[in-house]
Amino acid sequence: MTYRIDQADVAHIAHLARLRLSDDEIEAYQGSLSRILEVIAVMNAEDLSGYAPMDHPLETVNLLREDRVAPGLERASVLDTAPSAEDEYFRVPRILDAP
Amino acid sequence: MNDEILDWGIAELQRRLDDRQVSTVEVLGAYEEQIAIQEPEVEAFLALDLESAKDVARQQDGRRARGEKLGRLAGVPIALKDNLCTMAFPTTAASKILEGWVPPYDATVVERLRRDDGIMLGKTNLDEFAMGSSTENSAYKITHNPHDLERVPGGSSGGSAAAVASRMALVALGSDTGGSIRQPAALTGVVGFKPTYGRVSRYGLLAFASSLDQIGPLAGTVEDAAIVAECIMGHDPRDATSLQEGSPRLVEVLGEGVQGLRVGLVTNLLATASPQVKTGVNDAIATLVKAGATVDEITLEELEFGLAAYYVVAPAEASSNLARYDGVRYGLREPGATVEEMMIATRTKGFGPEVKRRIMLGTYALSAGYYDAFYVTAQRVRTLVRAAFSRAYTSFDLLIAPTSPTTAFRIGERSDDPVEMYRSDVCTIPSNLSGDPAISVPARTDDDGLPIGVQLLGPALSEPLLFRAASVIEEGLR
Amino acid sequence: MSSRTIAGPAKGWEYVIGLEVHTELKTVTKLFCGCPNAFGEEPNTSICPVCLGLPGSLPVMNAQAVDFAIRVGLALNATIQRSQFHRKNYFYPDMPKDFQISQYDVPINAHGRLELPSGAVIGIERAHLEEDTGKLVHRGGHGRIESAEYSLIDYNRSGVPLLEIVSAPDIRDPDEAKEYVGELRSILVAVGASDGRMEEGSLRVDANVSVRPIGETTFRTRVEIKNLNSLRSLTRALEYEGRRQVQLYEDGETMLQQTRFWDEARSVTGALRIKEEANDYRYFPEPDLPPVAPDPSLIEERRSQLPELLSARRAQLYALVPDLRSDLRETVIADACWPYLRAALDAGITPSRAVARCANELTALLAEIDALSPERFVEILGLEDQGTLGASQAKILLREANDDAKPIGDLVVKLGFTANDASAIQAMVAEVINSCPEEWARYRDGDEKVAGFLLGQVMRQHGRQISGADARNALVALREEAHSDES
Repeated sequence: MTYRIDQADVAHIAHLARLRLSDDEIEAYQGSLSRILEVIAVMNAEDLSGYAPMDHPLETVNLLREDRVAPGLERASVLDTAPSAEDEYFRVPRILDAP
Repeated sequence: MNDEILDWGIAELQRRLDDRQVSTVEVLGAYEEQIAIQEPEVEAFLALDLESAKDVARQQDGRRARGEKLGRLAGVPIALKDNLCTMAFPTTAASKILEGWVPPYDATVVERLRRDDGIMLGKTNLDEFAMGSSTENSAYKITHNPHDLERVPGGSSGGSAAAVASRMALVALGSDTGGSIRQPAALTGVVGFKPTYGRVSRYGLLAFASSLDQIGPLAGTVEDAAIVAECIMGHDPRDATSLQEGSPRLVEVLGEGVQGLRVGLVTNLLATASPQVKTGVNDAIATLVKAGATVDEITLEELEFGLAAYYVVAPAEASSNLARYDGVRYGLREPGATVEEMMIATRTKGFGPEVKRRIMLGTYALSAGYYDAFYVTAQRVRTLVRAAFSRAYTSFDLLIAPTSPTTAFRIGERSDDPVEMYRSDVCTIPSNLSGDPAISVPARTDDDGLPIGVQLLGPALSEPLLFRAASVIEEGLR
Repeated sequence: MSSRTIAGPAKGWEYVIGLEVHTELKTVTKLFCGCPNAFGEEPNTSICPVCLGLPGSLPVMNAQAVDFAIRVGLALNATIQRSQFHRKNYFYPDMPKDFQISQYDVPINAHGRLELPSGAVIGIERAHLEEDTGKLVHRGGHGRIESAEYSLIDYNRSGVPLLEIVSAPDIRDPDEAKEYVGELRSILVAVGASDGRMEEGSLRVDANVSVRPIGETTFRTRVEIKNLNSLRSLTRALEYEGRRQVQLYEDGETMLQQTRFWDEARSVTGALRIKEEANDYRYFPEPDLPPVAPDPSLIEERRSQLPELLSARRAQLYALVPDLRSDLRETVIADACWPYLRAALDAGITPSRAVARCANELTALLAEIDALSPERFVEILGLEDQGTLGASQAKILLREANDDAKPIGDLVVKLGFTANDASAIQAMVAEVINSCPEEWARYRDGDEKVAGFLLGQVMRQHGRQISGADARNALVALREEAHSDES
């Protein structure tokens, strides 16, 4: 079973990923992503029901840490190199569109 | 004299330093000179910090003079792949989105190397965010294979491999998600080692695919790779996926040989290789047989699904790991009227085409309606691959295969076709999927003088065995 | 238990309400890093590579947070299971990694229940661990998100451990919703997991509301309501939303599934201005964190250490005082009162008396409780039960016993509440009647009406020491004596 990916899909995914693509790019990515999906389709043809999904390569459980304070970062060391800062905060443009 | 210095491995270097035959400053001088000669052509480095390196060298000479005992890596010039955080020194992942970013902390592996008195020379080039097999995806420069400057050094740890291969660094660290240490090691004729998943802390490694990434050494010899590996392996409480075990003994066991070892040649992986690469693998096999190992064939068809699974899992995890690069707290920020526009503009400008492609592939694979068909299926394939290996390891102690199906290809030759590029990783990907260790050792060079690498694979935690066999091959092909 | 009384949003309609309560856990450090979990610090002073989402950082789970989650799960009768973390992927500037580490289909606690004071049982679908986000401050435009010119971010709160507790849609009216939050809060505080302070933001409530005609069994479209900063906002918002929805249905309009926020100033729910594209969170298992498999012996240990919950206290009281008014009951089962009441009941004090003294006199003293321990409380009530002290004496003695730490016996003497044997009382009464010979003569001769005057005099002089009943008995006894003397 092959999954087709069309240009509307590409545009939607790009938005989910916060990327803006030109029309040419959408077309180009549609081509290359479709090619890759063909390769991937190979595995969908197999009966894998006997194999549980491997979420972790390790068998570990419970790597927990003690509830104890550890040294952190000086505010200046991150604010001074931030793209934009004001007072003691990181600064970003408005969240919503202008009213 | 300088050339002689560059010939020394870690053990010999330290012997001569201890004997005062040479000073650390002189050692650094030799490497500095080599860099001046090679780097304009090879372009392995994104950033060099030779002044700091010389400071450290001077300090170490002072400590030696005072009779202090120095660490295991004293005097050793080391190159670090630029996806490892180095405190107060730029770390870019070869991406514009982190141009000029200076980490406020060291990766655990960098801390450990410094603790052992390793001397950091600088940061090496890579495919952007480790996504690629040629280092051509770097946003800054292309690195050239020292054996043939028109050819790629492999990727994504191409800069580290080229630095070691051209003797601009004695050893280097790289990262391996689908073969990114082993494949460039093979293409440049050096040793490249990927540990069992969890052996080396990922804290401070700019994540690509969290369940696949491992950090490992590239070096001119098996012994040097073993020394560096011992220094960086071992539990780190800051990485919840790091194994509890301490570092295994590798250097100690190097000479133990392979008498009685059962080695399996993976025929279907061999079949992907060019004739010359096949010959290289066979040469390596001959050395193992001569040393008392038995080598038989085995076919592991399941491994062929590995490519498909990798190209779902790795991009999926990457799409999430790279979401943080949004212009808010660090790195590049492009203007935007709203936060969302700023994020979109920043990521669009800051990421290169291959990174965008993988982010989109990964986002697609995780998105509603496709998660089961893609991501979950790929995770089942991982279990399938591991089961295939488990089966193999009931009859064999180790497996042998090519590292890369071909030798180094020309710069620009494959960069238009992502699928062709992805196929370079078919022999290396399975070990990342199962989390098992593997090492690439140089075999012969081909008729064009291009290096061929042969790969040993082992079950989880079998590093000592891998290094023993690697040592035999190295010895036998010397 | 008293029965559940429900008020619908309109005649013939009922509410269907589910609540999502997020509580900050009282750990010393954040969920995934060693930064302090503190409130009210200077902005961006509790930060590190992990909670800032710097490149290369990795999360490591806080054992204490797991412990708290277990305790809450036990108190809610939930199944505590091996659980996995997931990434919830979306972009927002208060989220340093642009994904939140949370739990998705395998949470640490599932299938619990919460019994309300009314006796209603509300299902708890899940209670899972997740990390909190940073805080946004909006500048320009009166500090509101809609009109802000830009925003500022403080990451102190980023990574603070949260427990998200999701109820089944079993709640049937706004008062019940308020009861649910109150009861849940008391549990969280009782097991030590949380401060439960809605005003400080350590307890946050979002509501999912739909309505349906009574008798309908399917669920209609539900609306999520956010920005409920107090219990009052909760009930008012639910009432408003219930009416709004009924109106829409009665007008024949379609109900949009949406998120609305409670506008306290205008007392309405309003649609959020943020574009509500259906969020595709692309959940997948968090590869940086191994599963958490709670140690069975830890679970058993915590089970044995569970503090007594309000529901258990209600049950105990119901057995002893079945007709106890619910408001009094809620007062006396509260943590401050309960040790006193329990001690009194255990000592065999008359339950109604014990409850009354707790609900009235003790409650008044609680704000400044000092030397009055449960043991002393019981001793005083014991004297009252025996009849040694009258009610007003007991009340006075309670206050005295709080101000003065001397043994109760000494205080009884200090206050002049002598051991009230009959002859002492008679002596007191005799003293008074000697000073009122005319009234005494009339009483002695059978005038009952003047008894009141005489008793009034007695109480004026000795009311702190004897009870009215005792005085009357002594008066009667003295008259009898007088009569027998004559004869």
